[in-house]
Amino acid sequence: MSDYSQHISLPKGSLETQTTTLNLGPTHPATHGVFQNIIELDGERIVSAEQTVGYIHRAFEKIAERRPLYQITVLTDRLNYCSAPLNNMGWHMTCEKLLGIKTPKRVDYLRVIIMELSRITDHLICNSIVGVDSGAFTGFLYVMQYRELVYEIYEEICGARLTTNMGRIGGFERNFNDIVWQKLDKFLVEFPKAWKEFEDLFMRNRIFMDRLIGTGAISAERALNYGFTGPNLRAAGVDYDVRVHTPYSSYEDFEFTIPVGTTGDNYDRFLVRGQEVWQSISIIKQAYEKVKQFKGAEAEVYHADAPEYYLPEKELVYTTIESLIWHFKIVMGESDIPKGEVYHSVEGANGELGFYLISDGGRTPYRLHFRRPSFIYYQAFSELIKGNMLSDAIMTMSSLNLIAGELDA
Amino acid sequence: MTLTNEIVKQKLIEKFGDQLTNWEEPYSFLTFTAPKDLNIKVLQFLYDDETLKFRFLTDLTAVHYPDRKGEEIAVVYHLHNLEDNVRLRFKVYTDEEKTEVFTATALYETANWLERETYDFLGVHFIGHPNLKRIMNVEEMDYFPLRKQYPLEDQTRHDKDDEMFGRGGSIF
Repeated sequence: MSDYSQHISLPKGSLETQTTTLNLGPTHPATHGVFQNIIELDGERIVSAEQTVGYIHRAFEKIAERRPLYQITVLTDRLNYCSAPLNNMGWHMTCEKLLGIKTPKRVDYLRVIIMELSRITDHLICNSIVGVDSGAFTGFLYVMQYRELVYEIYEEICGARLTTNMGRIGGFERNFNDIVWQKLDKFLVEFPKAWKEFEDLFMRNRIFMDRLIGTGAISAERALNYGFTGPNLRAAGVDYDVRVHTPYSSYEDFEFTIPVGTTGDNYDRFLVRGQEVWQSISIIKQAYEKVKQFKGAEAEVYHADAPEYYLPEKELVYTTIESLIWHFKIVMGESDIPKGEVYHSVEGANGELGFYLISDGGRTPYRLHFRRPSFIYYQAFSELIKGNMLSDAIMTMSSLNLIAGELDA
Repeated sequence: MTLTNEIVKQKLIEKFGDQLTNWEEPYSFLTFTAPKDLNIKVLQFLYDDETLKFRFLTDLTAVHYPDRKGEEIAVVYHLHNLEDNVRLRFKVYTDEEKTEVFTATALYETANWLERETYDFLGVHFIGHPNLKRIMNVEEMDYFPLRKQYPLEDQTRHDKDDEMFGRGGSIF
């Protein structure tokens, strides 16, 4: 730790006689998450900042070394908990890649629906929190009811809401029931209207624009050097999207555009996220149409044929010996994982969420490393806020969409 | 001409010859091993070369292999050429007693915290790093938790011995 009693020299022309050290966080309400920032201020202008992370570090990588694959899904929930299903599916796809399981098209499309729904929930939280932090609470409460609706959809599929542990290696635990589709219909009709209203409320609002434009900006070159991915990179003008560059879960079957910004400031990040929600809605509609086209037995498929890793139906467990054996092998974590080394990444709500998995042929990963996008781009925070006002730092923090769970792993 | 793993491999062999070893392509992800003194030269070459243009550091981490005597720690770099969309991974091995590896922070700002994390968990000392201190764990910690000699579970429990997880015999 550096000695903070030694104040650094003030910029030329400053009215102050010495800088002020401000300890922001780790539990300040404006940081919404456990983030600590030690900020040196010249009046209200930020001279330098130092971030401290690790307050909710839970040693996931170490824990994962002693868990069979399916038990690691619950760890991924607790990374970016605003879009937990996205992490779950990313992890399942990593396992499937290693195990060589090919998922049926219908599973891919169902996954796309869920992944895009969770992207929407994540972005709507981020954007509405930007509103809250700039003093506009209305939008937050208004869109929150649609997150609730999405959580009800999750509930119908897997029984959980926030940390979902959704799906299995190979697909889903059960087929989507009628209530899921009804709720999805409702969401697709009502949410776009609400999102439109939300955007109308903020996008051309003079006060909001003045707060956001030009603050927390980063150039494309610096953003790339800092390892930015996802909406934050795209706001700086780089059209990198894992869904397009390395399609997974049949994303190549969908038509969508990658919204990009130009300046990489808070306002562009807000706009890019807002546009991505529209793209996600369009992807969900396309996926819904594709799912509807499956007929007969195909319309009932919701998992791949992978008896070694996919839990058999309960009824079969009670009536057939094979299923009983598989059930126990899976639950006790006795299925050996083939030797291998795999890196798989998905477009998480914050950017490229990568899983680097090494297996030595045991029943648990030999080493598992999560590439957590917000951990990587939070490094740039001190550079982003330097020279801005203190209140801009708060806006920058919320528009970057920092999730402490993902950051600290 | 699209950049393929084959071209990348050729280019690298042209430049570094047989110093680069263990060429593999698991799940079509080009992987190789470089001597640890060369890590920055390889990164720089991959960055500068007009055809290769690997200018995005996706990930940096390390793995502990206690059985590989003299090269127990593998530092793993994941690089991405965003223009041609080609990825590669390379490793440098180092002794667990003397884990000095050159830092990549001069090339990539990304490497700053990733190297701190790698130091924190596996004790890799990155020479030239501007601020090499623990990032997730407390600074008073005197061990590197992701090394394999530090078990996760309570030592008095035997229901979670290694043999329960399909590797090796038990200690009894």
